[in-house]
Amino acid sequence: MSYPKGTIVRNSTLTRVNHWITGLCFVLLTLSGLAMFHPVFFWLSNLFGSGQWMRALHPWLGVCLIVSFLGLFIQFWRDNLWNRDDVEWAKSLDKVLDNREEEVPPVGRFNAGQKVVFWGMALIIPVLFVTGILIWEVYFGEATSIETQRVAVLIHSMGAIGAILIWITHVYAALWVKGSMRAMLHGWVTPGWAHRHHRKWFRSLVASGSPGPTSDSTAKFRD
Amino acid sequence: MADLQSQDYIRRSATNLTPPSARHHELEVAKLIDVSRCIGCKACQSACMEWNNLRPEMEEFQGAYENPHDLNPGTWTLMRFAEYEDEQGNLEWLIRKDGCMHCEDPGCLKACPAPGAIVQYANGIVDFISENCIGCGYCVKGCPFNIPRISAQDHKSYKCTLCSDRVGVGLEPACVKTCPTGAIMFGSKDDMKDWAGERIAELKERGFQNAGLYDPPEVGGTHVMYVLHHADKPSLYSGLPDKPHISALVGAWKGFLKPVALAGLAFAAVGAFVHSIVSGPNETTEADEAHARLEMEKAKRSGGNGAKGEGSATS
Amino acid sequence: MTNTWQDIKNANVVLVMGGNAAEAHPCGFKWVIEAKIENKAKLVVVDPRFTRTASVADVYAPIRPGTDIAFLSGVMRYLLENYAIQHAYVKAYTNASLIVKEGYGFEDGLFTGYNEEKRSYDKSSWDYELDEQGYAKSDDTWQHPRCVINLLKQHVARYTPELVSRICGTPQDKYLEICKIFASTAAPDKALTSLFALGWTQHSVGAQNIRAMAMVQLLLGNIGVAGGGMNALRGHSNIQGLTDVGLMSNLMPGYMTIPKDSDVTLDKYLETKQFKPLRPGQTSYWQNYRKFFVSFQKALYGDAAKAENNWAYDWLPKLDVDGYDVLRAFERMDNGQMNGYICQGFNPMQAFPDRGKIRRSLSKLKYLVVIDPLDTETANFWQDYGPQNPSKPAEIQTEVFQLPTTCFAEEDGSLVNSARWLQWHWKAADAPGEAKPDLWIMAGLYHRLKSMYAKDGGAFPDPILNLSWSYADPAEPQPAELAREMNGRALVDIKDDTGAVVLKAGQQLDGFAQLRDDGTTMSGCWIFAGCWTEKGNQMARRDASDPRDAGIAPNWAWAWPANRRILYNRASADLDGKAWNPHKPVIQWNGSKWVGFDVPDYGPTVKPQDGVGPFIMNQEGQGRLFARGLMVEGPFPEHYEPFESPAENVLHPKVKSNPAARVFPNDRKAMGTAQDFPYVGTTYRLTEHFHYWTKHSLINAILQPEEFVEIGEALAKEKGIEQGGWVKVSSKRGQVICKAFVTKRIKPLMVDGKPTHVIGCPIHWGFTGVARKGYGANTLTPFVGDANTNTPEFKAFLLNIEKTSAPPAVDVAQGPRDAQGVPKSLTKVGSL
Ligand SMILES: Nc1nc2c(c(=O)[nH]1)N[C@H]1C(S)=C(S)[C@@H](COP(=O)(O)OP(=O)(O)OC[C@H]3O[C@@H](n4cnc5c(=O)[nH]c(N)nc54)[C@H](O)[C@@H]3O)O[C@H]1N2
Ligand SMILES: Nc1nc2c(c(=O)[nH]1)N[C@H]1C(S)=C(S)[C@@H](COP(=O)(O)OP(=O)(O)OC[C@H]3O[C@@H](n4cnc5c(=O)[nH]c(N)nc54)[C@H](O)[C@@H]3O)O[C@H]1N2
Ligand code: HEM
Ligand code: HEM
Ligand code: SF4
Ligand code: SF4
Ligand code: SF4
Ligand code: SF4
Ligand SMILES: [Mo]
Repeated sequence: MSYPKGTIVRNSTLTRVNHWITGLCFVLLTLSGLAMFHPVFFWLSNLFGSGQWMRALHPWLGVCLIVSFLGLFIQFWRDNLWNRDDVEWAKSLDKVLDNREEEVPPVGRFNAGQKVVFWGMALIIPVLFVTGILIWEVYFGEATSIETQRVAVLIHSMGAIGAILIWITHVYAALWVKGSMRAMLHGWVTPGWAHRHHRKWFRSLVASGSPGPTSDSTAKFRD
Repeated sequence: MADLQSQDYIRRSATNLTPPSARHHELEVAKLIDVSRCIGCKACQSACMEWNNLRPEMEEFQGAYENPHDLNPGTWTLMRFAEYEDEQGNLEWLIRKDGCMHCEDPGCLKACPAPGAIVQYANGIVDFISENCIGCGYCVKGCPFNIPRISAQDHKSYKCTLCSDRVGVGLEPACVKTCPTGAIMFGSKDDMKDWAGERIAELKERGFQNAGLYDPPEVGGTHVMYVLHHADKPSLYSGLPDKPHISALVGAWKGFLKPVALAGLAFAAVGAFVHSIVSGPNETTEADEAHARLEMEKAKRSGGNGAKGEGSATS
Repeated sequence: MTNTWQDIKNANVVLVMGGNAAEAHPCGFKWVIEAKIENKAKLVVVDPRFTRTASVADVYAPIRPGTDIAFLSGVMRYLLENYAIQHAYVKAYTNASLIVKEGYGFEDGLFTGYNEEKRSYDKSSWDYELDEQGYAKSDDTWQHPRCVINLLKQHVARYTPELVSRICGTPQDKYLEICKIFASTAAPDKALTSLFALGWTQHSVGAQNIRAMAMVQLLLGNIGVAGGGMNALRGHSNIQGLTDVGLMSNLMPGYMTIPKDSDVTLDKYLETKQFKPLRPGQTSYWQNYRKFFVSFQKALYGDAAKAENNWAYDWLPKLDVDGYDVLRAFERMDNGQMNGYICQGFNPMQAFPDRGKIRRSLSKLKYLVVIDPLDTETANFWQDYGPQNPSKPAEIQTEVFQLPTTCFAEEDGSLVNSARWLQWHWKAADAPGEAKPDLWIMAGLYHRLKSMYAKDGGAFPDPILNLSWSYADPAEPQPAELAREMNGRALVDIKDDTGAVVLKAGQQLDGFAQLRDDGTTMSGCWIFAGCWTEKGNQMARRDASDPRDAGIAPNWAWAWPANRRILYNRASADLDGKAWNPHKPVIQWNGSKWVGFDVPDYGPTVKPQDGVGPFIMNQEGQGRLFARGLMVEGPFPEHYEPFESPAENVLHPKVKSNPAARVFPNDRKAMGTAQDFPYVGTTYRLTEHFHYWTKHSLINAILQPEEFVEIGEALAKEKGIEQGGWVKVSSKRGQVICKAFVTKRIKPLMVDGKPTHVIGCPIHWGFTGVARKGYGANTLTPFVGDANTNTPEFKAFLLNIEKTSAPPAVDVAQGPRDAQGVPKSLTKVGSL
């Protein structure tokens, strides 16, 4: 995969594919889940052919989701470890929101907001998976007590709402911070983008001469 | 108007719209099961199979007269047998016809996410409308009596219909018609309560001090009621719930969580929208690019690799 | 039943002992519930197991199988000792006052006249002292030491509560509580109804069990009254009809008996039948025997039965033994004395004791014809179904013919229920496949036999060649034709005393009172006369109204005799003809005739003062506390242990079991001892199944899919048997491997100081049908019957039980079968 000259690779092809599989699963899960969650959304079931199809697909999508999210997790967990910069960054959240990022302390590859998204998802998705399995009538309906299932379905729907809230934030951030989408769609960002949003990450790339996380290990930073 | 019967709905699962109201002149019905008259002959159970064309799987003997061993998609009613010895060592064989209680406030209906998969008619019968059922199993979680069962064949939920098809044309349910001892009675709920009162008085005379009617108020009363000799301890009868109620968990799930969650989601969406209007996009400016270029030049000059900044860029 | 199902609602006490009405008669049981609700009746259940009947009882007491006589004798002792009898009734309506012959006695378990070699009694001493006119002497003051009531007192004196409890294992307090409840119905306006069936009949002392209770009922004044009676709850839907039309090996229709070898002439035969009254002025209705008999012969042989040939008396078969009951039949088969067998509507492989013997016997036949709608075990006895039917087809030469028939829903006809109601039913569906009505099959057999006799002669063709066979379609007589024939018709114009014609020739009889002994009437079954009159089919009447809410719906179907619903109903009124119980009168004397809800079982204008007894069939006109010579083992019931029993007979150790019961030598060898088989076995039915044919029906199979035995928790613990675990149950005759139902409902009984465990074996499973395969309880049961009726002793025998592992999980439900329904693992031999 080639990227335009003078750009920095932010997300490798594998990562992007992985991310969008995750994203797609999540969206479908949200649509189907919400259809079951509240009557106002039940019409969404038509997107899946019928209520029965939707009910049948949802858990399988969940299985896909957990597998693909695991891929994302392996790729991202190190860069999402919490550090002192994040505290500083978080303290300046008002400036971030006000688009005055130049006044915000520099951060590494991901900022505290992204890390919250990451860890939030990393926490909730397994919970959704486990509770989802417990309420997966077709295969596990008999496996647990109804009381357990009641707890599970409550947690599942609360978890789902939590995850959706995080996801809304995440998607909004992706749209709001221009260039992010390209980073996830095509993989590259401009040096200015990196400098503006993830200065420490930018500097470490510059220092190491790396063009960013590409699949090609010999690639060099080119201008 | 859909079909005529749908005009009799007073409740419809996963529906916020008020059901039609013109056809409201309907008597509340009830089935009264007088446990003290029941001889456990299972005629009702076979009549249910006959009328509804049900043939559940033939199981094995597992050390009880209960066969099949539990309710299932093809067993809408099941005789349960409990051998009970009181403190004095007197043996009683408490035999109870298990099946849907047709709750006034049905937990199944409350839990059901599919519009119109569960309905309640004006006469009180709670019915599953299979074509609307998506097989999620929420009714199972919603029911305080552990009644509905999901079929592994068609993934629809099944339970006693109180023979709504028969009752709708003025017949009594099949099990009622069949019961040889008159242990199952059917009629208006008021009549059934009156009759139960007589039965209870008689049982008290016979020394069953705690005889009483099982019409649990926690679920708003039921349209299937029991006359019990030990109404103080319903659980003696193969675990009939002492105080059946829609689980608090289900209450929370289907109650406050919904509006709160919807509000939360709406708030997030609106919040994002407002932010985008107020703050606008966060764009990378030419100045950012210039800064970046500057730093890259600097690094080149200082001789490439080595000086690592904070933050890692491994991948 | 002396009374009717509906009448049960009038009872103050309902006793279910020797049966399990709720499970075996669930529909009739509604009247018990009705009695409880509407009449505040108490329900008392005495059964070795806590049954579904017990589950709705007010009082339940356990009893060791086979000990009811001890229990009931104890009850009689209690009633007599506590003066809890209905004196006026007992005095007038029973033979309590009659004086028994000198010479009668009872000692050490034997009545006078026993012949040990023949295992039978010379009963001549078991009779009344007669006066010059041949009437029984009586002592109304009950002072005479040999009057019946005193002999009875003496006889039952031994049955103290301690002894009853020692024999029966029934806790004394429960027993006495029940005695007290019984006693409460000695009041003239209170009644106890006795509902019983096989728990009493299927014993080597079966008939005496029932006698014992009948005596209790007489003492309490409960026979003939509303809510009372001896109510045998019959079995198959038409088993009452079976006995009514004489399908017993010693009976002819209407309870006439088949002549014996010794009855060489008609007169000789009738000599013993036309019972002469034993008290002055008594009805003794059997005096009319000749009328019933001649009319029957006319039905059988038509014009060929004439005065000249003694109404074809010689064409009847004569018995050389007491009867060819099924036990004897199979014994003969086993001995090679019987080599063809037509088996119609019967499944002896399942239904008869010692299944191994049944299989062996069938294997010795030349041919077996099975006439049945279903593919039964009997028809398949020769096939190897593994342990559940270990036959060796290659060694069996029996030729088996299966003739598929219709069943009740596929034909018109009538069924007689326990209450003696003849109820007509109408065909509801066409028969499947090649099935033909039984009548068609039997007619076919008859015509073929007849033409063979006609062609080849034979030793004695007359009885066949002369049979009257006047049906519209000789190949298939219609049920309606047969019903009309049973009722009977006038053969010439019948005139009354004034000479007026009451019936024209060819008209249907109104009732048996019109029967003549001169060949001018015919009737296939005299007690049925009235069921299909000139007014039409009375059995088809469907008016359920019970005008006075008395439990009598006179216009619903038709009851024999004479549409009478309560037998001996004259006994419901006192000596003056007033109802004992004014709230529930049955018939009463209005000054000129008997009127009431029911048809009087009495001369309608016979005055109460005339002293004619209510028991019009009896020579004394009275109910018999003392049976005279009518029972083979004694005029009073006596406790004898079952042939296989874990206990000694504490009353008379030397005479342990019924001394007059017949046991074939080989079968005696197949009896086990308590050492090897320490537990008491009993067999019974479950409400979910009907015998051995509902296992062919999926719904029933679903409701009770698999063979099991019921054992108490104590025994299970002792033997390490788990709930639902596999057990091996064995008797000297065979073994059954099935599941165990460990239940609180069977408790060890303290018998003579020893805990005695009961093992309950439901009877329903076999190797055909859709239910899971089973061995059948009769793999275990002994080949011995009641001394009077030869009903097998299915209810008390010896067993052992061991925990075992699950048999290899092969085709539990149904072995693989080919298109012909033969299991795939088998090669077909023999011919079908
Ligand atoms: N569901 C169903 N109903 C039936 C039938 C059927 O197969 N299935 N069969 C029909 C037929 S043909 C018949 S004959 C009747 C039989 O009807 P029942 O006689 O009522 O039936 P059983 O189950 O053979 O036996 C009755 C009871 O006798 C008890 N018992 C055993 N031994 C003794 C004893 O020594 N003393 C006392 N007091 N009780 C004892 C047994 O525990 C059992 O509960 O049922 C008829 N009804
Ligand atoms: N151990 C033990 N053994 C018992 C008993 C017990 O309590 N314990 N009970 C005994 C008693 S009381 C009885 S009555 C017997 C019952 O024994 P059976 O009478 O042998 O039992 P069923 O299964 O009723 O068999 C009747 C057969 O008749 C067939 N049949 C039904 N309708 C018709 C018809 O219209 N025409 C013809 N030709 N056939 C028809 C049925 O298909 C069935 O195969 O079992 C006896 N055996
Ligand atoms: C991770 C694996 C997941 C599994 C195995 C799973 C499984 C399930 C199952 C079995 C149901 C019940 C309905 C059905 O049977 O189809 C359900 C409902 C639901 N799921 Fe999931 N799910 C998963 C993930 C998610 C995710 C990621 C979301 C959304 C963020 C989600 C949202 C919902 C919602 C909203 C419901 C409806 C809850 C309600 O009605 O209150 N699920 N899920
Ligand atoms: C479907 C709508 C989604 C969109 C439009 C979207 C968009 C984006 C974009 C633009 C990025 C790049 C941000 C950057 O490079 O800094 C990104 C990163 C990421 N996305 Fe998404 N995404 C979506 C769904 C999801 C979902 C459902 C998940 C997880 C369950 C997810 C997990 C991540 C992760 C882990 C990252 C890396 C950054 C981080 O660790 O925070 N995304 N996403
Ligand atoms: S018993 Fe259960 S299934 Fe029946 S109406 Fe009540 S909640 Fe619904
Ligand atoms: S399974 Fe139950 S809760 Fe789910 S749609 Fe069907 S009826 Fe409704
Ligand atoms: S009311 Fe109808 S559906 Fe319900 S148990 Fe009775 S027969 Fe079955
Ligand atoms: S039919 Fe009546 S008596 Fe029989 S089990 Fe059912 S409720 Fe009980
Ligand atoms: Mo029977």
